[in-house]
Amino acid sequence: MSKATDVTKINEKSPYYDITPGNQIYGGGGARKFTTGEWRTETPVVDWDKCTQCLLCTPCCPDSSIPVKDGKREDFDYDHCKGCGICAKVCPFKAITMKEGI
Amino acid sequence: MSIRERMSGNEAVAYAIRQVNPDVMAAFPITPSTEIPQMVSTFIANGDIDTEFIPVESEHSSMSATMGACAAGARAITATSSCGLAFMWEVLYVAASDRLPVVMAVVNRALTGPININCDHSDSMGARDSGWLQIYAETNQEAYDNYIQSFRIAEHPDVKLPMMVCQDGFITSHAVMNIELIEDEKVKSFVGSYEPENYLLNPEMPMAIGPYANSPFYMETKMNQRIAMKNAKKVILDVAKEFEKISGRSYGLFEEYHMEDAEYVIVIMGSAAGTTKDAVDELRAKGVKAGMIKVRVFRPFPGEELAAALKDAKAIAIMDRAESFSGMGGPLGSELKAALMDAGCKATVVNNFYGIGGRDYTVEDAEAIYNDLMEFEAGTKPFKQFRYIGLRK
Ligand code: SF4
Ligand code: SF4
Repeated sequence: MSKATDVTKINEKSPYYDITPGNQIYGGGGARKFTTGEWRTETPVVDWDKCTQCLLCTPCCPDSSIPVKDGKREDFDYDHCKGCGICAKVCPFKAITMKEGI
Repeated sequence: MSIRERMSGNEAVAYAIRQVNPDVMAAFPITPSTEIPQMVSTFIANGDIDTEFIPVESEHSSMSATMGACAAGARAITATSSCGLAFMWEVLYVAASDRLPVVMAVVNRALTGPININCDHSDSMGARDSGWLQIYAETNQEAYDNYIQSFRIAEHPDVKLPMMVCQDGFITSHAVMNIELIEDEKVKSFVGSYEPENYLLNPEMPMAIGPYANSPFYMETKMNQRIAMKNAKKVILDVAKEFEKISGRSYGLFEEYHMEDAEYVIVIMGSAAGTTKDAVDELRAKGVKAGMIKVRVFRPFPGEELAAALKDAKAIAIMDRAESFSGMGGPLGSELKAALMDAGCKATVVNNFYGIGGRDYTVEDAEAIYNDLMEFEAGTKPFKQFRYIGLRK
């Protein structure tokens, strides 16, 4: 059994011999360390004055980018949010707006 | 003691599958390979083996299911021919780049069109750049022996590549010949069990297979495949040596027939090597220094080794059983000529197409090729680089 792959050590500068056979990635949760937020072209911004903490947005996010702690949503995980805008659509209190750019 | 039997090439491969008892077989029937999954299904129904058979609706699915099973941690196999192999195309490359050592019995048949069910090598030759190991058999015996060796080669840690074990459709797959089978226990202990280091169904270590790899990673992935392919040469020879101990039969990357002092040589693959050997025997009886090389392993391509074996030849005819429509040579011809050029070969070299779509290739055809080689070399007949053998004119 191979050791868990440290995805932070495989990057665009890695030589071919540091890459696993078949690019296999061992150990779960690698996506957490792999930041994909820069793919975004629009960025959600929450207006905390309007947010009622109804928590409808969190389960609708396809990228698990709306973290919840102690029953309250926190700010977006901009390292992984793709800017799809679903959260802005589902928020019943119009607390989320989409801004152009990252 | 080995078991003396008579059987067809398809029966021989099915017999080997029964002995190996793989975890999973996913297959869709297509002539002339249909008998293999059919016979395996019978073994399963009779309780001889506990292979999980996945009946699928197409070859795209059979290759996907085989690959998926292998990724999960199973020893997984399939079988196909012709358009069935063509329908797997997309997935062939995925199995290779994901480094999944699945084993596929290929019963070579012409690709449509025009529609044709007879033997040529256009199916597996078309897949020659897919990253699969490819090994070819002359007889049912070789199909059986190659099949048993294939698991050790494909699954070797230095290789980890999928493998096609090829035999000629109908000529080998359906003709019944004598064969020496190896006892079940010996085959089982030779092949061993499949213990992948990492696999999807391992709860101790979750893993991802086949991640996105765009321009910063794609070339590095290909280099790793290339290295594995080159490593396979040594593994194939090592496995052959061990196989010889249990079978008494020896194998290399290719077979040399009367090559000690050969001046006129045919290089060929598959069942037509037997026909060519008869021609060599007849010419040798007349004092002609004829020889033959039968390429067994096409992927990895043993270019340097072949060039070394051909270094004393005066004239060479490379025989292709598949067109590649370059307007020049076929796959074997193009690759071998490149290797010969690198080695500084000064021989007269021609590249003939033969047996395409099941066209007969006879001992007389082979003798005529040797005679032409002598005449080309002597300059008594106008040189022709590329020819179709047996074409009506
Ligand atoms: S859906 Fe809107 S109101 Fe509800 S928690 Fe999310 S941002 Fe706040
Ligand atoms: S924009 Fe899309 S990805 Fe980003 S937080 Fe909202 S739902 Fe999630």
